[in-house]
Amino acid sequence: MEVTVRIKRYDPEKDGEPWWGEYKVEVDETDRVLDALHYIKWYQDGTLTFRRSCGHGICGSDAMRINGYNRLACKVLIRDVAPVITVEPLLGLPVIKDLVVDMEPFFAHYRAVMPWLINDEPPPPRERLQSPEERELFDDTTKCILCAACTTSCPAFWLRGEYVGPAAIVQAHRFIFDSRDRGAVQRLEILNAPDGVWRCRTIFNCTNACPREIEITKAIAEVKKALIFSRL
Amino acid sequence: MAQGAFQLAREGLRYRGREGQWSWLLHRVTGIGVFLFLALHIVDIFLMSFGEEVFNELLFIYKQPWARIGHIFLFFGVLFHALNGIRVTILDFWPSAWRYQRQAVWVQVVIFLILFVPSALAIIMSMLS
Repeated sequence: MEVTVRIKRYDPEKDGEPWWGEYKVEVDETDRVLDALHYIKWYQDGTLTFRRSCGHGICGSDAMRINGYNRLACKVLIRDVAPVITVEPLLGLPVIKDLVVDMEPFFAHYRAVMPWLINDEPPPPRERLQSPEERELFDDTTKCILCAACTTSCPAFWLRGEYVGPAAIVQAHRFIFDSRDRGAVQRLEILNAPDGVWRCRTIFNCTNACPREIEITKAIAEVKKALIFSRL
Repeated sequence: MAQGAFQLAREGLRYRGREGQWSWLLHRVTGIGVFLFLALHIVDIFLMSFGEEVFNELLFIYKQPWARIGHIFLFFGVLFHALNGIRVTILDFWPSAWRYQRQAVWVQVVIFLILFVPSALAIIMSMLS
């Protein structure tokens, strides 16, 4: 089938303003949007720039706005978005070129919540045991692939880039509720700051956008509750 | 900056968020509206300190037809803002209720209509009589 792909193009060295490029592509309905982008880059316009790595929904490189909605280009089937497919860069991060955005502000927020295990206690003779119930508390938030689809779907983040954002809170949640971790107090203090969890307005755009189907707004609400009910 | 804000608003409105995004936007707009009314209200109550007559004279503003229509908007704003605030608070305190977040918006719409429509009709009827 033939589809029309409209892509928001922008080359800071040549273009004063972003412009819409329109491409007609012959694809199968079970192809992914990423396949259409490849086809355009390989056979129609080699200057088209986008990120992708694994192409199978694991690396999180190809998050973009497809038909007005954040998704991974490698996970969206053509038949679900045809016949006219609009592709734009993520909103809220500076565009470097075409569909490539500067992810540094996103990763800075990620690093801010200390996304690693904090535990200074002497290691036990064998592993640090954890019951299935304890593990279950943060199982969902271990699935994050840092694609930024959630953070860049969040109106609170669009309005204020200093807001730590859903993805960083998901990462913090993954350690705050881990029974082996001892850094919960530090992380909760960071998230209690004015640009921490309280900027979340419970809008649910992040939950809707997550390609891993993480219950993000629920995780954020759990962090809010931990802040309200725990005595720091 | 102004251009940036304009561009952000345009791009943000083009994002296909669902019920949550639109109720958040309306929450903000009604919040500003209710705040502006409250500011006016504080001023008119303050005029009371200049005596009964000054205050009574000012009240003619609220009897104008456009002010009566404004009442309907005011009631819309206060009611929506309150119900939406309750919905968001519930979802924040019961995180597992997130599964029903879309239904929650529609329940809110139904409660809103039940309270708003008869009240708005009553205001319109009193305007006509």
